[in-house]
Amino acid sequence: MKRQVVARAGDVPPGQCKLVTVAGREIGVFNIGGQYFALANRCPHEGGPLCQGRIGPLVTSDGPGTYRLDRNREFLRCPWHGWEFDIRTGQSWCDPKSTRARQFQVTVEPGEKLVKGPYVAETFPVSVEEEYVVVEV
Amino acid sequence: MNIPVRHATAAAKLAIVDCDIHPAFRKPSDLYPFMAARWREHMTTYGEHLRQGLSGQLQWPRMMAAGLRVDTFPEDGPPGSDLELMRRQHLDANGVEYGMLMQLSKGGMEERNLEFAAALSHAINEWQLETFVKPEPRLRAGIVVPQEDAAFAVKEIEHRAADRSFAQIIISPRSSDPLGHRRYWPIFEAAERCNLPIGLHVQGFSGGHASTSSGWPTYYMEEHYAATTGMQNTVTSLVFEGVFERFPKLKVVLIEGGFAWAPALCWRMDKHWERMRSETPHVTRPPSEYIREHVWFTTQPIEEPENPQHLAEVIEWIGWDRLMFSTDYPHWDFDHPQHTFKFAMTDAQKSKVFRDNARALYNLP
Amino acid sequence: MKVPLKGAIDCDLHPAMPSAVALLPYLDEYWRDQLVDRHIDRYPFTLTSYPPNSPLSARPDWRQPTGAPAGDLDAIRRQALEPFGSSIAICNVLHGAVALFNEDMAMALCSAVNDWTAKELLDREPRLRASILVPLHNTELAVAEIERVAKDRRFVQILLFAMNDMLLGRRVYWPIYAAAEKHGLAIGIHAGSTYRHAPMASGWPAHRVEDYIAQSAAFESQLLSFLAEGVFQKFTSLRLVLIESGFTWLPNLLWRTSKGWRGMRPETPWIDRSPAEIIREHVRVTLQPVDAPKGDAKTLMQALEHIGSDRMLLFSTDYPHWQFDGDDVLPDGLPADLVKRILIDNPKETYPRLREGAQIGDNAATQKEAVR
Repeated sequence: MKRQVVARAGDVPPGQCKLVTVAGREIGVFNIGGQYFALANRCPHEGGPLCQGRIGPLVTSDGPGTYRLDRNREFLRCPWHGWEFDIRTGQSWCDPKSTRARQFQVTVEPGEKLVKGPYVAETFPVSVEEEYVVVEV
Repeated sequence: MNIPVRHATAAAKLAIVDCDIHPAFRKPSDLYPFMAARWREHMTTYGEHLRQGLSGQLQWPRMMAAGLRVDTFPEDGPPGSDLELMRRQHLDANGVEYGMLMQLSKGGMEERNLEFAAALSHAINEWQLETFVKPEPRLRAGIVVPQEDAAFAVKEIEHRAADRSFAQIIISPRSSDPLGHRRYWPIFEAAERCNLPIGLHVQGFSGGHASTSSGWPTYYMEEHYAATTGMQNTVTSLVFEGVFERFPKLKVVLIEGGFAWAPALCWRMDKHWERMRSETPHVTRPPSEYIREHVWFTTQPIEEPENPQHLAEVIEWIGWDRLMFSTDYPHWDFDHPQHTFKFAMTDAQKSKVFRDNARALYNLP
Repeated sequence: MKVPLKGAIDCDLHPAMPSAVALLPYLDEYWRDQLVDRHIDRYPFTLTSYPPNSPLSARPDWRQPTGAPAGDLDAIRRQALEPFGSSIAICNVLHGAVALFNEDMAMALCSAVNDWTAKELLDREPRLRASILVPLHNTELAVAEIERVAKDRRFVQILLFAMNDMLLGRRVYWPIYAAAEKHGLAIGIHAGSTYRHAPMASGWPAHRVEDYIAQSAAFESQLLSFLAEGVFQKFTSLRLVLIESGFTWLPNLLWRTSKGWRGMRPETPWIDRSPAEIIREHVRVTLQPVDAPKGDAKTLMQALEHIGSDRMLLFSTDYPHWQFDGDDVLPDGLPADLVKRILIDNPKETYPRLREGAQIGDNAATQKEAVR
């Protein structure tokens, strides 16, 4: 397992995604209410660029003709076929048990900890004053 | 549903034929250079005259990004309008050796003013050539003609037939009468004579009838599905009016209409043809035989049964030589060549579906 | 294959409809007057969908020297019930009144047909059950008729047609489904058309056989309408039965709708689980016609495997329509336990009222007469 610094914490605004490449893989790093999540930029359905999809609340319903947005649940809609994935868990809404986007562990670490190693930071300069997003692949 | 990589069928190294690519105008005036002044004027003043309530807009709005893949939008213009982007992101990236263009709108198939329809048809065919086929030798155009004006359609077909830039004749399966009707026969006659297949691509615009036999659906989910019931209707008409009897060399491609419905429809047609044989004595053979000989199906949007093997069984029933791969680039329900089939295919099956069936049908070099 | 055991439940039987003259006693004096004065009572009310002499409409050995096929109760007993050992058969009287435009006239005639059915069929043959016929022009009238006839527990279903003015899942029809759910009645959609629209999305085919083949696509559209509109979410115990629809088209529909749902869900967010699951739970299909290659058990079993449920098929003869020869009502190659499911268990489980005992004399016509 490799842990790599991919961004400064401030580079990923809340409710948004930053695409990074780690060990040759494209990964989307999401900031949902101050928590960070990372998903492979590859939809398990047909390989589409999942993390380029729209981030938004889950659409739910209390019955025919009623429509609600559940803002407590942030979902990613694949820009190809529109399949919906829970950003926190990677699970697809329609088939949570067997369709999920590949997830990666992501943490936020202070710069002074990172410069001591053993984190991989080859492509990303680190300063002790800031906080950084670290992805494990 | 997360099929491990080893089971997914890859078409990575195989050069493929994509039987359904949608080009687009940067703006509608792109057609003007190919139209006489009178029709440019008409287009600007009156526009298209279609059989629907909204102007320039579909009455079942599509899902995300108007039904297009979000990653196919160029800097300037709608998806499909930028040849450079299409080359880079699709033709080159996916090993497309040949791509069949499907220009669906503003070609006159759905236009109520038949004089204008003729002008549109001519213009769209010129536009395809100049904008896409001449600069990009991998692409092939379709001769788009208004099926409701058979006389003009035949003239346009004859005018284009010798030009190998055109691979097929495109008419709408949502015609004003079922396509087996005699008044469309001159088009089939010309197609057979010129040795060009008829391409029937699912059409968003009505020819004057509701999408279902009980009227108009409420939701896009239903309208999307109506493409397959419409195709079934069209195929039934072609068989029972005796089109394949009368035109034994005619070839028909059903594009974006699904295919998994075909075996059940063939069984149903066979059973009731036999029972009511005396009504259609001109249909001398079981309907399924005509389908086997005359009809091809493109694959997108592929069906995804819970058990992927079931789809392989359906294709066995249809015949591996009748299916032709398509992506529908740049639409949302695009099928990626490497991830479309979730069951193991033999090399022979892959070659047929991804390339050889289309090369044979469209006479590709 | 013949029926191997006794006690089958035939979910689609077509007794001949009553003549307009035979309906006169069941109409009030205004309608009797109208029918006679305007010579309406001389019309057969035959639906275009079933021309009487067409091969499909009646098997040759089920035609009588005089009178309509299935017009005689003894013939029904001898030809439809006994050869198959059926203990129950559900009568679907396909009366053309539903195709009239005058909503009051259509309703009066359908109501008369329902009363005639109770008196002339159900009262005389205890093995018979029936569907309530209602026209769809006016939901209030339809619901009133359902409420009236539902008191007779021998009516087990509401009969609608596969092609009509609007797709049946539409909210305007929901009071009918509410009444059905309330009274433990199934909704039965039967092949046939009032021809308010062309039978095809591209218009009017030349041949009757094309209209008939197009029925299966009509069933697909209707089923999808029920699904998309959320009828099964609103009416959670409702059962929908597709009658004389064919069933080999089902796998494609299950696959296509389940896949489409994943991308189109936000427009119909009340669809809370896979369409395939919803349909397998709420929808049933009668056996005839078996649209599958004859004598090819392997293909049929594969198709059934693709459907993915052994609960959906309901035994039917479709008598007197010509869908099979001799007593070979069942396709070859079905395993024994599936045969029993199709013949008995699935129908019982589908129609709540079949699980009750029905009393003769509970019928609505008796009550109507008492009121008059």
